[in-house]
Amino acid sequence: MNRSPRALALLVLPPVVFGIGFLALWEAAVNVFDFQPYFLPAPSSIWQQFLQNTALIWDASKVSGTNALVGLLAGTVLGIALSFVLGRFRVLNELVTPLAIALNAVPIFVLVAVFNNMFSITSEVPRRLMVTLVVDFIVLVNVTRGLREVGAIQLELMRSYAASEVAILRKVRVPNAAPYLFTALKIAAPAAVITAFVSEYFGGSQNGLGSRIVSSIAISKNAAAWAYVLGACLVGLAFYVTAVSLERVATPGGVGRTDRDGA
Amino acid sequence: MFGLALLLVAVLWELYKWVGPEDGGTVFGWAILPRTSDYAMPHVWDMLARYAQPERRGFPTPIVSTVASGAWFSLRLALAGFAMGTLVGLGLAIVMARFKVIERGLLPYLVVSQTVPLIALAPLVVSWGGRLHLGAFEWPRWLSAAVLGAFLAFFPVAVGTLKGLTSAPPAALELMDSFAASWRQTLFKLRFPAAVPYLVPALRLGATASVVGVVVAEISTGLAGGIGRLIIEYAREATADPAKVYTAVFGAAALGLLMAGMVATADLMLMRNRPREVAE
Amino acid sequence: MTAAVEIHDVSKVFNAGRPNAVHALVDMDLTIEPGEFVSLIGPSGCGKSTALRLIANLLEPTSGQVLVNGKPARKARLDQDYGMAFQQAGLFDWRNVAKNVELPLELKGWDKVKRRTRALEMLDLVKLGDFADHFPWQLSGGMQQRVAIGRALAAHPPLLLMDEPFGALDEMTREHMQAELLRICGETSTTVVFVTHSIPEAVYLSTRVVVISPRPGRITDVIEVDLGPRRGLETREAVAFFKKITEVREALRGIDTSDLAAIETADGAPSNLPAGVEDR
Repeated sequence: MNRSPRALALLVLPPVVFGIGFLALWEAAVNVFDFQPYFLPAPSSIWQQFLQNTALIWDASKVSGTNALVGLLAGTVLGIALSFVLGRFRVLNELVTPLAIALNAVPIFVLVAVFNNMFSITSEVPRRLMVTLVVDFIVLVNVTRGLREVGAIQLELMRSYAASEVAILRKVRVPNAAPYLFTALKIAAPAAVITAFVSEYFGGSQNGLGSRIVSSIAISKNAAAWAYVLGACLVGLAFYVTAVSLERVATPGGVGRTDRDGA
Repeated sequence: MFGLALLLVAVLWELYKWVGPEDGGTVFGWAILPRTSDYAMPHVWDMLARYAQPERRGFPTPIVSTVASGAWFSLRLALAGFAMGTLVGLGLAIVMARFKVIERGLLPYLVVSQTVPLIALAPLVVSWGGRLHLGAFEWPRWLSAAVLGAFLAFFPVAVGTLKGLTSAPPAALELMDSFAASWRQTLFKLRFPAAVPYLVPALRLGATASVVGVVVAEISTGLAGGIGRLIIEYAREATADPAKVYTAVFGAAALGLLMAGMVATADLMLMRNRPREVAE
Repeated sequence: MTAAVEIHDVSKVFNAGRPNAVHALVDMDLTIEPGEFVSLIGPSGCGKSTALRLIANLLEPTSGQVLVNGKPARKARLDQDYGMAFQQAGLFDWRNVAKNVELPLELKGWDKVKRRTRALEMLDLVKLGDFADHFPWQLSGGMQQRVAIGRALAAHPPLLLMDEPFGALDEMTREHMQAELLRICGETSTTVVFVTHSIPEAVYLSTRVVVISPRPGRITDVIEVDLGPRRGLETREAVAFFKKITEVREALRGIDTSDLAAIETADGAPSNLPAGVEDR
């Protein structure tokens, strides 16, 4: 990074100061107002619980994280495959896109209740299926857009070369769609983690982070619950950072302007 | 078009039911094919017909009214959460636009928080219900649902509003300076109107987030009266009454669509006079 | 009679004291009498826009004094003693034409009826009376600029500051607008300070042309233009007109332009990109 030290300080210092200040205030408030632990434990006790239970948190994270990852991968592959189909058949595109956009507004994770009936009770598949579904739509909408929204000038150029549809696909549409895929991943990665969590609240296997949070509260160990929440946040952050890094690695020339608000 | 799409989904559903294995199946050893018995996957027409039937045998009212009142209950909570989250989000965005220091300090957290599963806090917030007393005020259980909705809605609204408030072109800000306008005047006459195209997508995200928050809270507690609870309840009876859970699921979907519809209406009203060149 | 604008010994340095300091203007002295039309002309980056912004009190001088209407520039801005027009018309998309003109009057707290009357008056003056209820995006570039001029003069200020207002227009529209501007300023007896880098434009419009050289910005020449009342084509094709243009051109040629290729706009110095234009 070729930023001056002054600019770097200006960028990093305020959030750090705010963060530390916030934690300090929290800790002080808990002590001064004597907050009950079931309401808001002090940061220090949360951290203590985190350190104590690291192994357990890690195990639970693996379960939830794997669900999210499997769903993310499956959903991405499925989404890309479907977007090729949609890109090819305009009629399908007209049908599916409004559906996908409408589904964006709907809490479709409630379908996990339905999925749980379709599989055995100890299976993790319902959750993975749910994540797949959610990710699939995000990837589908964005990549389809990427395949279709190619500049008119580029298309004219390819036609002047008498290029076939397949050639246009390979040489123009797919490269154009690449940044859209990464935008989709940046949205889908956190969404996958969130969906994996939420799915755990519908019953089924009890090994994930979400279930642990609920069970900790049930036995009045709220600080431990917060520690699991912290673990969850770390998992989400890890997914997002991976998605962003992937984007950086795959688009060395800088990212194009595809800021979308999630379809 | 939209109806056709739904029809397509229904057709695919029935198609799979027809060809798929009765007891579920495996693909390359993975048990990922769902069961297709009428218990696991009811026929589409059964699902629709279920609406006309009562919730439990012997009750007079058809289930559609139960589901509708559950959805209505949750809708009001989602609206309350959305309103609270939007208000706080707008307020914070204004403060951040006014004081660059606060923007620099808080914005990174706001952005990061959208990538982190804050929903994990749901059980905690929900556990305050019935136990928390602030003086004479006792925390009602439904408030947790609304607060969770507000919490989730707040982040996208704050970030989007800030983006909009700072989107005024420097030339326009210079113009207001040349008119010796105060910061407040500039806020209301320039920044806010300029922010609207950014506000609308942010509100859309906020509306969805508040629905998610409310429904998750209801599921975590089984909050009586809401659509979340109905889904959980009916899912338990799936072996006896397979089509029932779908009625509630569609109800939840309707809820989400209603909120989205509200934002879309606001969009139409706010952007009435503007040239339609804003990217969607 | 108090001078409309007095610039005494003014210098402006950006990023003073740091390695990337830019001396935008040095030792500038200029007095403009009421009723004059003075053009500031020079190559890109010579500081003419900076000078205009110093008069407008959108920038403060590093040393020296700027008086407008006998008062310090800051007081003149707060008292709204001038109106300003930029290269981009800068109309607000969400307001109709009349409401755009009303903007400075709203900020001054005028009541609704007075505002409306004055706005319509101004629109008649710029010959856009029929477009009061239209929206900016429905108007051509030239028409939008006319609205911007109407807005700048809405409060009847004695001074009009213009920063390359016709720069984004095509040649024919530009010539038409020049004639319109002279008519309007004649009818309202407004003093005008006009920044441009078109020589024919400067000569056609002005009573005096001030030539500024860059790095550091300083006045190298002041040329009186004595062509009498302008009469469109008659004036533009007169020999005296061409002679004046040549005089100005030679004054500009006298400027050493060898290091112009390396000119960048330093942090804080107004860019010569039209305001609001981003690299896309």
